[in-house]
Amino acid sequence: MNNARAAGAPPQRTIDIVNASLKRRYAKERRFRLLGASAVVLGLLFVALLFADIVGKGYTAFQQTYIQMPITFDASVIDPEGTRSPETLQRANYAALIRQGQREIFPDVKDRRATRTLASMISVGSASHLRDMVIADPDLIGTTREVWLLADDDIDMLVKGHIDRSAPESDRRVKDQTVGWVERLESEGRIEKRFNTIFFTHGTSREPELAGIAGALMGSFYTLALTLLFSFPIGVGAALYLEEFAPKNRWTDLIEVNINNLAAVPSIVFGLLGLAVFIGIFGVPRSTPLVAALVLSLMTLPTIIIASRAALKSVPPSIREAALGVGASPLQTQLHHVLPLAMPGMLTGTIIGMAQALGETAPLLMIGMIAFIVDIPSGFTSPSTVLPVQIFLWADSPERAFVERTSAAIMVLLAFLILMNLTAVLLRRRFERRW
Amino acid sequence: MSTTVDEMSRRTGAMSSAELAGERESRATVGDVTVANPRMVCRGVDVWYGAKQAIKGVSLDIGKNEVVSMIGPSGCGKSTFLRCLNRMNDTIDGCRVTGSIQLDGRDIYDKGLDPVPLRAQVGMVFQKPNPFPKSIYENVAYGPRIHGLTNNKAELDELVSASLQKAGLWNEVKDRLDQPGTGLSGGQQQRLCIARTIAVSPEVILMDEPCSALDPIATAIIEELIDELRANYSIAIVTHSMQQAARVSQRTAYFHLGDLIEVGETNQIFTNPKHRLTEDYITGRFG
Ligand SMILES: Nc1ncnc2c1ncn2[C@@H]1O[C@H](COP(=O)(O)OP(=O)(O)O)[C@@H](O)[C@H]1O
Ligand SMILES: [Mg+2]
Repeated sequence: MNNARAAGAPPQRTIDIVNASLKRRYAKERRFRLLGASAVVLGLLFVALLFADIVGKGYTAFQQTYIQMPITFDASVIDPEGTRSPETLQRANYAALIRQGQREIFPDVKDRRATRTLASMISVGSASHLRDMVIADPDLIGTTREVWLLADDDIDMLVKGHIDRSAPESDRRVKDQTVGWVERLESEGRIEKRFNTIFFTHGTSREPELAGIAGALMGSFYTLALTLLFSFPIGVGAALYLEEFAPKNRWTDLIEVNINNLAAVPSIVFGLLGLAVFIGIFGVPRSTPLVAALVLSLMTLPTIIIASRAALKSVPPSIREAALGVGASPLQTQLHHVLPLAMPGMLTGTIIGMAQALGETAPLLMIGMIAFIVDIPSGFTSPSTVLPVQIFLWADSPERAFVERTSAAIMVLLAFLILMNLTAVLLRRRFERRW
Repeated sequence: MSTTVDEMSRRTGAMSSAELAGERESRATVGDVTVANPRMVCRGVDVWYGAKQAIKGVSLDIGKNEVVSMIGPSGCGKSTFLRCLNRMNDTIDGCRVTGSIQLDGRDIYDKGLDPVPLRAQVGMVFQKPNPFPKSIYENVAYGPRIHGLTNNKAELDELVSASLQKAGLWNEVKDRLDQPGTGLSGGQQQRLCIARTIAVSPEVILMDEPCSALDPIATAIIEELIDELRANYSIAIVTHSMQQAARVSQRTAYFHLGDLIEVGETNQIFTNPKHRLTEDYITGRFG
């Protein structure tokens, strides 16, 4: 500007120069905004695709097919001696009652193979369902009831339309004969789809219709609870010490570099470490929430420490000076003033770490969480699996019914992740303060 | 003859080297650094930030019931010196203080002395108002509470209201003690910080440019307040405003590049400075 004047160029007012460049500047800005917006749209598109795929595959898993059967609770089968002792009721042959019911509906099915196929339409878990009914109410013995029984997974798939009835018979898991039976039952109103409570109340199973996520959910719950218990105090303590109390020297620099490195270490390495140290040396029982939590704590600690240090750094030094200035000790300064202000950031970091831990699979495979465990874990040291490992296991199963359950389990996992991240956002909003 | 020439050349040589040194005139402080009844006595205080010396052998007394102002170009070490007086520099990595600073005859840098209670005796008001992000009441009550100065809620209430009254803030906030201190105006916030400081009944109050973030009206109120506080406290105030130093203080100390150049009655410093650097500064030729 000055130079132009000095060089004797025609006098030009600053405003003219600015106006001339204005158009170019705005065009640049528009291009940049467009670029940003398209990046966001692209990202959202992929998320939408992912969700559509998972929900499309998985939503049917929240329903389950039931078949209505007339069941005669025949005293001569259940309790021939009339003792009503729990032991007798426990051991009785309830499968026979189901076969009897089927004979009533399909009296013309005589041949042995056909009978066996007919019996396989009902889930193998139905016998124990009848047993539970009788034990709960022994007065049922001697009566006849219409009972809704759980259908086998192949029938379930057929009813839900996942098996193409028009495909050549040889390509179908469910043969024409069975399709005919199902269609007859459907026309008689003996087939119904109900909300799939089993999915939420049962552990896993080899039979898809009996498989649920309750075991994995409880496992995840115990694991996360312990992980939080271990990693939050340690992480916040470490951050507080490093940020506020430790002298700044080569050692603390080294520690800082290492913490940042740990955050980037592949998670499976933590699994190997857990296997070698916690299980190998300290003898922590494998496949338990306890050992999983120890491993996941190691994994999430760097995240929590880094987030907590950032939160502490963002507290203005003037607050520390104010507290020290009235004679608060360094610890009082931290506990009364700095920590409360840093807490939202720390909690956000912790929740992100927990979400990471909830979705983690690889290190847990190393410490035996991949074992097939049917029972719902009852504590921190009972063998269990966790949600993502359950998904991994189900995704590996060939049955069509497991495909939808895999997707349904992913939906549940995603729901929890969204819930946790939402909590993080809300916490940040809630505690955000001006100073 | 030759000897005279020799002497002369030596003398001129000495003179020219003094001329060359220019700014590096006598470091010895001009004026009397002592007072009749001192509260704080500083002798030969050096402060280093790492290898850099920020304060060079400063000696200065702070008397009872007086306001000492510290003036000087920015970066000359006024804040650094002030922060030595309540060991606030302890919190800065690499900051080293030598020499002797006594409060009522006790060396505050003594190994056995705990800086935490010291800061209750030597309170501090900072450049930027820094109330805690808590209620007005909590801001004032915090110090007395951690030091256990009161026995019950009624006493604490009494102390809070007395402190706010002394800071001239009571009438403005008495109906909203439970509202955040950060919601007050800048001048009110600074008076809240003063109330917070006097709530722990310090003997000395250090103020580091307490009005530099305030408008003229708020500044006038604080200056009036400082004058009132002098009745009960010793006050050391750093200011970049010579008018302010002239208005509020009884004695003035002029700092220059880490040296304490001149100390004297405020009147004398502003009307009849003895040192050339002081004169340059107050006449606006420098700084
Ligand atoms: N924390 C610090 N670390 C290193 N040098 C500092 C620090 N604080 C101040 N200094 C230096 O010490 C000198 C005096 O600073 P300061 O006391 O803040 O001056 P003033 O308050 O008079 O403007 C300056 O040169 C400044 O750069
Ligand atoms: Mg300063």
